[in-house]
Amino acid sequence: MKYFTRMKIRRVYEWSGRARSFNRRLKTHDYDSFAISVEGLSKIIINTGQHILIEGYDEDNPYVAKVTRLYGDENGQQMKAVVQWFMRVSELPVNKLKLLGREPHPQEIFYYECRNCDNEVNVESILRPVKVKHLDSNDPFPDSSDKDTLYVKLSWDSKVFGVVNSTVMESPAEPAPASSPPSCLKPSLPISPSCSQSAATPRGPSRRVLPTPDHAIMQKASLGEVGCSSVGTPANVEAESLHSATKLSASKCLSAKRRNATARTPGVRKRLELSSPDKSVTGEEVLSQLLNEELESKVTLTRRLPPSAAHPLPVTHSLTPLRKAHRPTGARCGVPSSVFLNKLSDSDSPLSPAKDDSTRATTVSQKKELKTIKEPVLSVLAEVENEKSPMVTETPRSSKRKSAMVVSSRIKKQLNLLENDQDLNSSGEEEDEFVPSKNDLLSSSEEEGQDEDGPNIDDQVSAKKFRYVATGSGNSRSKRKSYSSARTQRRTPAKKISPGTPKTPRHATPSIPIRSLQTQQPANILEEARARLHVSSVPESLPCREQEFQDIYSFVESKIIDNTGGCMYISGVPGTGKTATVHEVIRCLQHAADMDEIPSFHFIEINGMKMTDPHQAYVQILQKLTGQKATPDHAAVLLEKRFSNLAPRKETIVMLVDELDLLWTRKQNVMYNLFDWPTRRHARLVVLTIANTMDLPERIMINRVASRLGLTRMSFQPYSFKQLQEIIMSRLNKLKAFEEDALQLVSRKVAALSGDARRCLDICRRATEICEHSAADPSSTGLVGMSHVMEALNEMFSSAYITAIRCASTQEQLFLRAAIAEFRRLGLEEATFQQVFVQHQALCRIEGLRPIGVSEGLAVCQRLGACRLLLLEPSHLGVLQHIRLNVSQDDIFYALKAD
Amino acid sequence: MSKRKARDAHLPIGECITQVQQILRERFCERLLPDRPEGVEAQYKHLLELLRRTAIHGESNSVLIVGPRGAGKTMLLQCVLRDLQKEEKVQKNLLQVHLSGLLQTDDRTALKEITRQLHLENVVGDKVFGSFAENLAFLLEALKKGNRSSSCPVLFVLDEFDLFAHHKNQTLLYNLFDVSQSAQAPIAVVGVTCRLDVLELLEKRVKSRFSHRQIHLLSSLNFTQYLERVWTQLSLPDSFPDKKFAQEWNAGVKTLCEDKSVEEVLQRHFNSSKDFRSLHMLLMLCLSRVSVAKPTIKPADLLEASRMCFADATANMLHGLSILELCLVIAIKHLNDVYEGEPFNLQMVHNEFKKFLHRKSNSMYNFEQPVVMKAFEHLQQLELIRPVDGSSAKVQREYQLMRLTLDHSQIMDALQKYPQCPTDVKQWAMSAFG
Repeated sequence: MKYFTRMKIRRVYEWSGRARSFNRRLKTHDYDSFAISVEGLSKIIINTGQHILIEGYDEDNPYVAKVTRLYGDENGQQMKAVVQWFMRVSELPVNKLKLLGREPHPQEIFYYECRNCDNEVNVESILRPVKVKHLDSNDPFPDSSDKDTLYVKLSWDSKVFGVVNSTVMESPAEPAPASSPPSCLKPSLPISPSCSQSAATPRGPSRRVLPTPDHAIMQKASLGEVGCSSVGTPANVEAESLHSATKLSASKCLSAKRRNATARTPGVRKRLELSSPDKSVTGEEVLSQLLNEELESKVTLTRRLPPSAAHPLPVTHSLTPLRKAHRPTGARCGVPSSVFLNKLSDSDSPLSPAKDDSTRATTVSQKKELKTIKEPVLSVLAEVENEKSPMVTETPRSSKRKSAMVVSSRIKKQLNLLENDQDLNSSGEEEDEFVPSKNDLLSSSEEEGQDEDGPNIDDQVSAKKFRYVATGSGNSRSKRKSYSSARTQRRTPAKKISPGTPKTPRHATPSIPIRSLQTQQPANILEEARARLHVSSVPESLPCREQEFQDIYSFVESKIIDNTGGCMYISGVPGTGKTATVHEVIRCLQHAADMDEIPSFHFIEINGMKMTDPHQAYVQILQKLTGQKATPDHAAVLLEKRFSNLAPRKETIVMLVDELDLLWTRKQNVMYNLFDWPTRRHARLVVLTIANTMDLPERIMINRVASRLGLTRMSFQPYSFKQLQEIIMSRLNKLKAFEEDALQLVSRKVAALSGDARRCLDICRRATEICEHSAADPSSTGLVGMSHVMEALNEMFSSAYITAIRCASTQEQLFLRAAIAEFRRLGLEEATFQQVFVQHQALCRIEGLRPIGVSEGLAVCQRLGACRLLLLEPSHLGVLQHIRLNVSQDDIFYALKAD
Repeated sequence: MSKRKARDAHLPIGECITQVQQILRERFCERLLPDRPEGVEAQYKHLLELLRRTAIHGESNSVLIVGPRGAGKTMLLQCVLRDLQKEEKVQKNLLQVHLSGLLQTDDRTALKEITRQLHLENVVGDKVFGSFAENLAFLLEALKKGNRSSSCPVLFVLDEFDLFAHHKNQTLLYNLFDVSQSAQAPIAVVGVTCRLDVLELLEKRVKSRFSHRQIHLLSSLNFTQYLERVWTQLSLPDSFPDKKFAQEWNAGVKTLCEDKSVEEVLQRHFNSSKDFRSLHMLLMLCLSRVSVAKPTIKPADLLEASRMCFADATANMLHGLSILELCLVIAIKHLNDVYEGEPFNLQMVHNEFKKFLHRKSNSMYNFEQPVVMKAFEHLQQLELIRPVDGSSAKVQREYQLMRLTLDHSQIMDALQKYPQCPTDVKQWAMSAFG
C-alpha cells in the first residue's frame, strides 16, 4: 500500500476490452473493466463491482469504494468511474462514533449511504483494488494479520449506523446495469435487490431508527416484498389498493411522520439514535432471515411464528408523554396495520396472509429486477446459511421472534384499542414496574426481556439496555450517567446540536460529578420566573432578531445548497444576541438537514476566548473536524491540505468563530487562513465570525485579510427598550410575576445604558429576589413592583464610591480632603504624599485631632489606595510616592458634606 | 458551700490565665469564626440565599464581595459556607474550588489548581497532566457536559479577584462567567476583592457575562458600637470552666472600657481605621502582658500597646545611626530646605557638612571623604535616601542624585530622642539655615 502511494510511481490507465455499450445522448462508452499498469509491475485489472482504493487527504488511509460503473468519453480522453463509497473509521465524525456502541475495528469500514456526495471520480485517482469482506454484524472480526482486507458490518448515512444487506456487498460479478439511467451524476445505490427495496423504503435499513410503530411497518413491508417475490402468488385481489397504502407507509407516510415527531419532540430523536444499533441488529437479522425464507417453505415460517405471537403480551399503549405527542400521526399512517388487523381477525396464522397482501406493494418493475438478480442472491444465501453456526443461532432466533412479536403485538395493540380503553391504566402500571426491573433484564434471558418489551419498547429502556450491554465493563459512573441522562426529562435543544465534542486526553473523560440529590423544582411563581429569566435558559425563539436571523439563515443556507463557501462578519456590543442567533440559525438548519430539505452539513464552533493562544484555533478546528490531535503547526498544515485538496466528497462545513478579535496575531496568519479557506474551490467552508466592534476589519486587519473577509457584514444594534421588554415578556411567557411598569422601567434603564439583554435579565432576576425577601410571608409573595426594581437597579448601577467615602474612618476622610486641598494649592491633579501629609497635619489641627505620624499617615494612604479611592504609585517609594484621586472632587465633597 | 465549690471547680490562677490566653488568641488571630457575622446581616442573607440556590436549584450565579481590607469579606464568606455545609441538602451537593489571585498568578496555574481541586480525570495523584491548552479544553468540556439538573454544582471562590483580571485576555474569568450564563454545569463564582473599581477592570465581554451582583461590605459603625465590640471581644464566654475567674475578668474588662484614657486611645484608633484587624493587633499586645502576677488588663497596658502600634518605624531607625550618619541626614535636611526638595548628591551633602564643620572649627567630626562616602552608602542601604529614577550607574557615585525618604518632622522627633546627641549637632539641626 505504502509502496504505491509514497513512491508516486507513474501509473498508466487504460480500458481493457471493448466498450460494452454506448450512450448516445451523453456520448459516453461504458466499460466493464480497465487496467492499471505500473512500471515494473504487472497489470492490474479492475472490474466493475470490485473494491478499490482512491487517493484522498490521507496517504496512509486512502478512500475505499466499490466501482459500480466505468465509462469514458468518445475520444478516450476522460476516464470516469462511478463508485459507491465506504467510510473508514477515521473519516467518521468523532462524536458519532459513540453511536456505534463498541470500539471500531481498525480495519472496519462502513457502507456510506449519503445521497449528496459526489460519487463520480476520475479513474486516475484509483490506486489499486482492495479486498473487502462483509461480516455479519454479530460476527467477531477475524484475527487475521492480513492488513489489506477491510471489513464491512454496518452502513453509515451521516446520521446513524445501519445494517448492510449482505447482497449489496457480496455480488462482485454483478453485471453493470444496462438499464440504469445514464445520469450518473445522480447518486444512486448500487443496483441490487436492496436498491429496489430502498426505493420503496427510502432510507434503507439504516433508517430503521424510527418510532416503533413505523419500525413494525417497515419490517412488514420489507418482509412482504421478499415474500411476494418468492412466492409470486397474488393471493388477494382486493388488496390492490392496500399495496399503494403500504408503499405510502414505507415512504411518504413515514417521512411525514418523522417530520412531525422531530418537529415536536427533539428529545425523541436523540434517544432513538441511541437505541439505533440495537434495533438495526434486528433489522439486519430480519433481512437475512428474509433471504432464508426465500428458500424455506412458507410453512416453516408459519410454524415458527405462532408461538411467539401467542405470547402473553403486555398491553401496549403505555406511552411516555413524549411518545404521546406523536401518537396521532401514528394513527394517521396506521392504514397498513389496520389491514393486518383485519386479516388477523380473519385467520389464525398471524403473519403470512398479512405478508402477502401488504407486500403487493412491490412494483412490477422491481419484481423483474429481483428475478434477474436471483442468482447472486442465492449464492449469498449459502453463505448466510453457513454463518449461522450453532453458536450464534440463539440471537437470530430470538430476534426473529422479536420481529415477529413486534408485528403481532402491534396487531394486538390495534385490537385492544378498538376493543377497550381500560388497559390504559394497567399499561401505566406496567411501565412503572418496568423501569426498576431494568437490571433484571440483563440477567434474565433475552426472550423474557423481549416478552416484556413488546412492541412499544420504551425507547429509553432499550437505549439503556443497549448501553449496558455495550459498556458492560464500563465503570459505574458511566452507567449511572447514562441512566440519569436517559431519565432527565428536560433536554435543552441547544445541547442536542452541540457539535463535535472534542476528544480529550486519552483515557480521561471530562465530567463533573453527578449530584447526589435531585434539584428542587421551582416552588412558587417568583422562583419559576427567576428560572426562566436566567440567561442560560434557552428560549424557544429569539424575539426581536427576526431580520438578522433571516439574513444569516439565508446566507448559510444558500452556501450549503450551492456547495460553495463564504465568510460573514457579525458585529455588535456584548449581550445583543449574536451568538444566540447564530446558534438558532444552525439549529434550524440542522433540523432542515435532518428533514433532507437541504444537504447535511457539519457545524463546528471555536471561540477566541476559549483558547489559550490564537494558533490553538487550528488545533481545535482539526480536532472538531477529524478528532485528530496535533500541534498547532502540524494542524495548520493538515487543515491547509484538507481545504486545498481536490476532495471527491465532503459535507459543507459551517464554522462559527466567536470573539474573532482574539485571534489576532502580529502576522495575522490565523485570520488569513480562516478567511482564505472558504475561497478555495473545493473547500465548501462557510465561516461566520463574531466580534464586538463594527470596524474590526478596518482597524486591525491588514488588507489581504480584510479583503478575504469580504463585505458580507451584519451588525446587531443594541436592543431598544421595547425590544428588551419583549424579550422579558417572551421569556416569562405569560407568567404573571412583574408589574407592567416595573418591566418598562428596567428595560428603559438598560436600553439607555447599554442595551445589553443579559443585564436586563439579571436585574429582573435580582428584583424577584428582593421581592421575595421583602415580603413578610414567604408563601404569599406578590408581584415584583417598582420599588423592588428600583432597589435592584440601585444595587447594580450605583457606584459604591460615595458610600465607601462615608464609611471611611475619620483620618481617611481627612486625608482625602487634604489631597484635594493640596491639589488646589498646586493647581495639579497630582501631589506627593509628603505634600499631602503637610496639609493633613494642618487639617488635623483644625479639626482638633491629634496629628498622626508619618507611618500612620502612610497606612491611611495605603488603605485608600487599596480601595482605589486614591491611585498610588508602588508603595516602596514611601513619602515620595505620587497620589492622584480616583473619584471626582465633587463626589468627595458631596459625600463628606452630607455627614 | 462545699457543693458549690465542687461545681465551680476553682482552677489555679495559672491555669486560668492559660485558658484566657488561648480563648482570646483564637479570637484575635481570626482562627475562629464568629457564630453570626455582626453588622452584615443583610449581606449574609443575600449571599447565603444565592449559594443555597446554586446548591439546591442548580442555578448558576456570579457575585462579587467588595469591601476595604479587614472589613470581614472572607469572614462573611466562610460563615456562609459553614452554615451551608450544615444543611443536609447542600452538604453532599457542593464542590468547592478556592483560588487566590496571589497564588494563581496566571491562568495556567489557576487551571491546574481547578482541575486538581475538582479531581477531574486527568489528575493523577497530585499532578495535572497535559498542556495549558489541553487543560482548558478539558475543563470546559467537563463543564459543558454537565447540565443543570444532574451535575453537581461547583462553587468557585476567587480571592483577590482583581488580580485575576490582570491575566492575559481574562480567559479564565470569561470562561467561568460564560459557563455561569449558559446551560452547562451549574456554577457559582464568588469573587472577593477590596477594589471598588473592580468592574472597570473587566473586559467588556467579560463584564457583560458577569451578573453585576456586588455585595458591599462597608461598615458604618460608630464609636459606641466600636467600644461595644472591644468589650465583647475581650470578655470571656459563659462556658469558661472557672466561673469566678470569668466574672472577675469580665468585670475588669468592663471597668477598662469605661476608663477615660482607654476610651481616648480607642477613639484614636477608631479615627485612624475602622477595621477590626488593627484592633485585634492592639488587643493582642495587651493580652500578651497578662500574667499570673497581673491577671487583668490595666489601662496602662492598653496605652503602652497603642504607643507601640503608632510608633514610627523609620524614625526609630534613625536612633541607630552613628553621629556622622546623623550629621549627613541633617545636612540633607538643610539642602532640602534650601533647594525645596530638589535631589542632591554626595558632594553637595559633604559640602554642607563641611560648612558646618568650618563654622564650629572643631576637628572632632573631621572625616575623610571615603568614610563619609561609606556612611552615605549606609544611609542608602537603610533606604533613608533613594536614588532618583533614571540617574543610572554611569554617573560616579559621588554625583549620583538622591532623594530623602524622610519627613522633616521625623528627623526632628528622632533627634529629640537620640541618646547623647551632641548639643551643637542639635542646634545645627534646629537652625533655619545651615
